Amino acid sequence: MAFSDLFSRRRKDEPDLDTGAAKAPVHSTKVLAKFVAGLSGRPSPVLLDLGTVTGSNVTFFGERLGCKIIVEDLSKDIDRAVNEKTVGQLPAHFAKRFTQEDASVDGVLCWDLFDYLDKNSAVALASQIVRLLKPDGVVLAFFNTHEPKEPVPAIYTKYVVVDQSSLQHRPYPAARGKQRPFQNRDIQRMFEPLRVTEQLLLKSHMREMLLCKGDDPTASGA
Amino acid sequence: MWKRDEAVKPTSQPTPAAPVVANAQPSAPVGQQAEPRRIERDLVNIGKSVVIKGELSGSEDLTIEGHVEGKIELKDHLLTIGPNGRIKAQVFAKTVIVLGEVTGNVSASEKVEIRDGGSVDGDIVSPRVAIAEGAHFRGSVDMQKKASTATSASANSSSAKSTPTGTPMPAPAVAQVAQPAAH
Repeated sequence: MAFSDLFSRRRKDEPDLDTGAAKAPVHSTKVLAKFVAGLSGRPSPVLLDLGTVTGSNVTFFGERLGCKIIVEDLSKDIDRAVNEKTVGQLPAHFAKRFTQEDASVDGVLCWDLFDYLDKNSAVALASQIVRLLKPDGVVLAFFNTHEPKEPVPAIYTKYVVVDQSSLQHRPYPAARGKQRPFQNRDIQRMFEPLRVTEQLLLKSHMREMLLCKGDDPTASGA
Repeated sequence: MWKRDEAVKPTSQPTPAAPVVANAQPSAPVGQQAEPRRIERDLVNIGKSVVIKGELSGSEDLTIEGHVEGKIELKDHLLTIGPNGRIKAQVFAKTVIVLGEVTGNVSASEKVEIRDGGSVDGDIVSPRVAIAEGAHFRGSVDMQKKASTATSASANSSSAKSTPTGTPMPAPAVAQVAQPAAH
């Protein structure tokens, strides 16, 4: 038996739980480190992840940062609404989607989910995020800045944390593509009273944003 | 006296001898069957067509391919939910590997793995969690060691406890006297 056979057998015994990781491109991120800094120092921070679940992110936020992670994969909700032709009901759906209590979450990972929503749905989702966020809580969100080219590819991106300064972008099929980009003022309005603490425009036409709920008692949310 | 001793000896000797012989006879085959029995233990599983409603506990590794509703407790052992396994239960084990569907909270003192095609709808409490590409998960993940210790403790002490985050953990009311129950 050759040595290579021994190694290949060992690999089979220990299945790679994150297959596909090697091929996807890795991009730098500036805001993630600030988001992590916003969570650190809190005892057992609660993190709400609105993207699809990835083992690496669970390990990063759960094991390394000690977060309790709540996974609410909204891409599936969007896909279901598109397939059932009930996209118009998404605002009402988001209004009752989250069962968590007010001000119970320290951080929210929105990734680029808002790019797949129309304005009404985005406003409804943003108001829920504001409601759930604790005072001084932080929100990480990515927004596309360019009108998507026709035909719009029906692809989501899974953002996998490599480290605090880099994310791997893994595409996976979606029921529909990105919608029209939001203007900066629209984003600020939909997230009021959160304030934008970081905003970076990347070469990839992606705007990285970090929003924070000020510790102002009058800014208690929606 | 001499006669009495002699008379006693024959009567007393066979009495313990009988069970020894009785034990010795099966002990030889047991020795021969030890290997097959060990293999049998490694392959313990609940088949596809089996439906269990109630409380399932044990002290060996278990693979479930059938349907279980209620509660599963293998506190020091590996629980594998096979690709055909459908679980609606609170799960407590040392390690849990999910290839099928689990609806309910999963607590493991060592590790939870959701493999490709596996699905968990519920909260996971474990110091290590591995979620594969292609796995479905909806719920929360709490990987704090204190929380997992508290969970396993709660499973052992049959009293409801809370995680440090304040989330109430499922109360295993009869964890220590758990017995398999199939209805």
